[in-house]
Amino acid sequence: MITILPLFLIIPFLGFILSVFIPKKNEIAHSGLAFGTAGLQNLIAILFTGYWIYAGHETLNIKEFVIYSTTGYEYFVDLYFDRVTAVFLVVGSTLTFLITLYSRYYLHREEGYKRFFNTILFFYLGYNIIILSGNFETLFIGWEVLGLSSFLLIAFYRDRYLPVRNAFKVFSIYRISDIALILAMWMSHHLWHHNVTFLELNNYEVVDAGLNNHFSMGLFISLMILISASVKSAQFPFSSWLPRAMEGPTPSSAIFYSSLSVHIGVFMLLRTFPFWEHMEVFRWVVGTAGFITSVIATFIGNVQSTVKSQIAYSSIAQIGLIFIEVALGFEVLALIHFAGNAFLRTYQLLVSPSTVTYLIREQFYTALPKAERRMGFFQRLFNSIYVLSVKEWNLDTYQFRILWSPFKKIGSVFRFLTGKVAVFILVPTYLIGGYLVFGEQLPEDILHLFPNAIALVALVLSLRSFVEKKRPILSFLLVGFSHFWIALSVSFNEHFSYSHILIYLSGVIISGFIGLWILLMLRKKEGTFDLNGFYGHVFEHKWMAFLFLMTCLGMAGFPVTPTFLGEDLIYSHIHEYQIWLTLLVSVTLIFSGLSVIRIYTRLFLGPHVKTYHHVAHRSS
Amino acid sequence: MSLSNDFLEHDVLEKLKHYLPAQAPLKDFVHHNTLHAFQHHNFEKAIRDASKMFGFKTSLSLTEYRELYEKGLINNDVLENVITRRQGHGQLINWKHKLLEEGFDESNDGKIGKLRSLWKDYFHLDLNTIVHTNLFRILNSYLDQGIAITKFPVNQESFLSSLIEIERTSFISFFKTKEAKRLLFDPKVSIEQLLKRLVGQEALYEQYLFDQQFAHPGWSGLIAVIEGQPMSLLDGRKITLKELILLECLLEIDNLNHTLGNSWKPLCEVAGKDNILDILEENESNELDELLNTWQEAYEWSYYDQVLAGVMFGEQLEPKKETPSFEAFFCIDDRECSIRRYIEHYDPDCETYGTPGHFAIDMYYQPKNGKYYSKVCPVPVQPKHLIQEIYVDRSNESDVHFTKSSHSLFSGWLISQTLGFWSAIRLMFNIFRPSISPATSYSFSHMDSFSALTVENRSEHHHKDGLQIGYTPLEMADRVEIVLKSTGAIERFANIIYIIGHGASSTNNTHYAGYDCGACSGRPGSANARAFSYMANHREVRSLLRMRGVDIPDTTEFLGGLHDTTRDEFRFFDEELLSPKNKELHQANLPVFEKALEANAKERSRRFMSINTKQSSKVIHKKVKERSVSLFEPRPELNHATNTLCIIGRKQINDHLFLDRRSFLNSYNYELDPKGTFLLSIINAAAPVCGGINLEYYFSRVDNEKLGAGSKLPHNVMGLIGVANGFEGDLRPGLPIQMVEVHDPLRLMMVIEHDPKVVLKTIQINAGTYEWFIKEWVILCVINPLDGKVYRFQNGEFTLYAPLTKKLQSVVIEDLNEAIESTHENLPVYLLK
Repeated sequence: MITILPLFLIIPFLGFILSVFIPKKNEIAHSGLAFGTAGLQNLIAILFTGYWIYAGHETLNIKEFVIYSTTGYEYFVDLYFDRVTAVFLVVGSTLTFLITLYSRYYLHREEGYKRFFNTILFFYLGYNIIILSGNFETLFIGWEVLGLSSFLLIAFYRDRYLPVRNAFKVFSIYRISDIALILAMWMSHHLWHHNVTFLELNNYEVVDAGLNNHFSMGLFISLMILISASVKSAQFPFSSWLPRAMEGPTPSSAIFYSSLSVHIGVFMLLRTFPFWEHMEVFRWVVGTAGFITSVIATFIGNVQSTVKSQIAYSSIAQIGLIFIEVALGFEVLALIHFAGNAFLRTYQLLVSPSTVTYLIREQFYTALPKAERRMGFFQRLFNSIYVLSVKEWNLDTYQFRILWSPFKKIGSVFRFLTGKVAVFILVPTYLIGGYLVFGEQLPEDILHLFPNAIALVALVLSLRSFVEKKRPILSFLLVGFSHFWIALSVSFNEHFSYSHILIYLSGVIISGFIGLWILLMLRKKEGTFDLNGFYGHVFEHKWMAFLFLMTCLGMAGFPVTPTFLGEDLIYSHIHEYQIWLTLLVSVTLIFSGLSVIRIYTRLFLGPHVKTYHHVAHRSS
Repeated sequence: MSLSNDFLEHDVLEKLKHYLPAQAPLKDFVHHNTLHAFQHHNFEKAIRDASKMFGFKTSLSLTEYRELYEKGLINNDVLENVITRRQGHGQLINWKHKLLEEGFDESNDGKIGKLRSLWKDYFHLDLNTIVHTNLFRILNSYLDQGIAITKFPVNQESFLSSLIEIERTSFISFFKTKEAKRLLFDPKVSIEQLLKRLVGQEALYEQYLFDQQFAHPGWSGLIAVIEGQPMSLLDGRKITLKELILLECLLEIDNLNHTLGNSWKPLCEVAGKDNILDILEENESNELDELLNTWQEAYEWSYYDQVLAGVMFGEQLEPKKETPSFEAFFCIDDRECSIRRYIEHYDPDCETYGTPGHFAIDMYYQPKNGKYYSKVCPVPVQPKHLIQEIYVDRSNESDVHFTKSSHSLFSGWLISQTLGFWSAIRLMFNIFRPSISPATSYSFSHMDSFSALTVENRSEHHHKDGLQIGYTPLEMADRVEIVLKSTGAIERFANIIYIIGHGASSTNNTHYAGYDCGACSGRPGSANARAFSYMANHREVRSLLRMRGVDIPDTTEFLGGLHDTTRDEFRFFDEELLSPKNKELHQANLPVFEKALEANAKERSRRFMSINTKQSSKVIHKKVKERSVSLFEPRPELNHATNTLCIIGRKQINDHLFLDRRSFLNSYNYELDPKGTFLLSIINAAAPVCGGINLEYYFSRVDNEKLGAGSKLPHNVMGLIGVANGFEGDLRPGLPIQMVEVHDPLRLMMVIEHDPKVVLKTIQINAGTYEWFIKEWVILCVINPLDGKVYRFQNGEFTLYAPLTKKLQSVVIEDLNEAIESTHENLPVYLLK
């Protein structure tokens, strides 16, 4: 029975790979493959789940294969199946099947038909990886796939300004969730001294023993899990991305943002529940977070005058309630609620264009209700809440101000670091650093300061890259450099095999060179560029754009190059007490990723600079 | 625009309203000329000017024209003819080379936005992005017609006073700084004062406002329309463009102060030569313009020429002498062109007519239980009559998916856990077995066939809200007379005369109003058809008509009906009132209609990629019906796509032609109208209605992003009044790509059968109508029944036109299916045998 489990990943994987090779024009094959994939998965999932229940619904776990192994560190793919997986699997494959079938007609003749189904299948693969994962490492792969496919689907209309801007916005919020997850993995590695599986977390004695002496570590892991779940499920204070993500074709918004993608946070909590079950403090935190979200999202939802944002906020409010249910330990209720909410919101979003027919008719046949007038304090209170809610409780603006502005300010301080200056300062220092690592002649008491100092340089470089407005090439190179400094920093931290460094840097080096080459080519062909506006070069250079996206992903540590594995390895060499080093490295990685994706977005997406064909208004 | 120093607020506001898109809220969607602001110029000049001012694309690109030429859709002879006519004989080779070979830079940024871009270029502040989100949601919250659960606390006075009231009584403000709020409260604040702060120099105010408003033409245009027609909102709101501009300027000052503090100054101090432009200045035509115009003309005449040749090929048949088996009146709508052909094919003894689908009844209609009146006649008409639906109470099925309780926290909690699973089942049904649901806009629900209408006025005091309820016999006779005389149906009356309006059904379609009858202001024509039949059957009306020379035998009965153009269904009203004999005849006609509807569905299906046209017409008919109720079908029908012609004349001039559903057909007999009296009323309606439809399709097709609505797939419904992309976008007026993708951007050619002299005199009577022709927004040709030749109207006169097409392919009507099954593309003009 357990041997069937990998099938649930193999089917979507094959579906996705095949879909990439189907010619663009062949609509029938694309949609057929997509709903075939989801349909087959759906059928097997239902049969499998049925049989599994019949056979005693025992939790299944299978250690699939090891990606990388070294002393004290093992990165392996692990699959896991219990009732949470079962519900998410069946609901997910049912909805994906229905939506792909729906989109087969709906997307007919749309520019980007192939891209749409490619991305849906890619998303579906990521979703399945997450729900079937048996450890954090496997889950993380799926997490990254989901983030990337979200970015691509929000920016589906890549020749308009708003979808591209919002795609980047959502991507940057997602980045927080990724790093929170990495941090959870990092701490849990130190807590268990090996890469723990979810199966092990089910064992109360093991968890209890682990947490007994390291309560703060446990709390840290749990908080990181909560942050990353809250981001993906658009919980307070990360809610405002969800309505902004509704930029793609309606069915894609329906499946992503009102159903599957947005409930992944719930899955995360359910999956890790055994771990934090006995931390009463944390359960209060989860419940409170859910409660605050439900209340605020309901206020905001009430004043929404667009259909899609109304559905988005209603969904967020319900997910807040699901968080409370999870915190209370009502797993079954949470699962039913998840399934019902996912179906309901998907359907509501799909029929959202009909709202005009329905509500106008209703209005035509029903007398207008009299406007309620409030007086005095109640009027003040009512109006205040009204204005605040129309402004979405400032969540969008504050997110920007609190999360990004301070870092932008720091980056701006280092504007002097341009091409030549950077080379003159950074290269010699780096060489000296490298020499010192090799030479190993430093006294211990100085040595321990080095990792932090060097990681700080890495951070400065990535921030500097992020604020660069004029020179994309410089910005791109700075990201590459910052990876080298991270590698150097960790080399000082612990003695370990240089092959780890190599794994980490190999992807950066390859991606860096290819990316640089593409940028130079683009400049040769299209003349000067900067990072102030959008260029939309994907209109003429589709392949260049695709290749550059791949190199950006390589640079950002997505599972396309070994750098992805390297990042996790690097973390394994940071000790649990090195909070500062961890933070420095994490923030560097966040901004490095953002910076390269920003370059891609600005140069290749958005309204095309050339106006010999029709180009949309910026505001549309 | 002039760069004078005086800023006259009122003038600039009027100019803005003139140039902004003029699309009404969704429920009243009616087609109009997208570039109405330029209509006083010649078409060619107008579209090039519009293009240079606002950066629109107003024709196909050189590459697209060249492709059409390669495919043979632009005829070489026609092209050479056009070049010679435009450039002179010696220029043929030179210009042909330019047209076919030379490369030209077709980039076009327009002149809009150059001044305001300084906020970003000079002060590094993306003012639009910051201001728009806030501005749009304040506007949308205020105007919302019923989406939001908590409404904007509106007061009855005006938009700004409502806003001031909120600001005064709230602890939280829409503004970030004190100055903006103070200015809002200042009763003396004016646009001019705010512009002084933002721009500084009076000469630049107008350019700044154009930049500002055309950064979001959707919202500005809609507000200008609501200001002019407050009735277009059921839940009334007062708002003016001036208020919008005031608020926007305040938000700009607010954000500039907030972000830049004191480090910004009025734009005039930093504006350079490149920033100061006269946006509305007229432009000299350049070589590229000439090339594009030449291509466009050649493209249009490649088609027109076939049609005109076809019209001339018609054998002058003697008018029929015998009484037809039945007669049927349809709307002139291009979608009725083919159903009429099939009905006449399956019953060669019948006769069909085309006339505007409100059947001359200028009324408001109030369905039973309706709280409002719907206008069901052409938009410019101001009705004085009201007809009410009585007897049968309406029960509208409700659907929890659209209700507010699904969005509240606790009922949402219950609903999502229970009905949520029902949604999944509903979705499955919708995908595998689509059916009519509360989400459907269903043409037959406009009027219940079991109800009755108050067609006849009971007494002259029977009024409601200033409208007379029903018509007096005299008023009825006037209306019946117009329809019968203008179409030439005044003798040889058949036993049954069908009056068939049309409507459309669709699901998940925000633009549903645009699919119904244009002559009924975007509503189905069922109430009109039924009311007309009542009038024409009225005994007193009959005797009045007799006095006016129209003698309808007592055995003749009129029967109203509705054609659903999406589903290809007929439904008749008051069949039980027919005499027993006519009942029988009617029953005998039903199979003819059924066959015609099936054949029509088959012909339509060739444009639908998801239907295999080779299947039997029965199977296809079923699939066509399914489309109308399928949630996932963005193209329930293709509406007016490919419309290019409007033929006004006896059926003899086009009966022998296969026009591929591209023509509006208005029956008209010149012999009965030697002075052109009826002709005048026909073209007064046909020019703006058909021309408006045609041009909206034209412009939405050539620039689907700026003049059309883009793809409808990501559309989000805003306040029930418009659609936008996503959550933060501007409203998108115009037509979505799904409606226009198969449309060929050709202007409308109107062909009238009459003496050119009479036509010339007639079109000049009404200046508004004449503009359409003299400025060439509609191409006008006349077929002169006296000599059988075609004349083209140009530069104010008719000149003989000799078609280049010498031969058209002949098709026996039974073999038409072969042609229909052969391609998705437009078919050429065929001669039907």
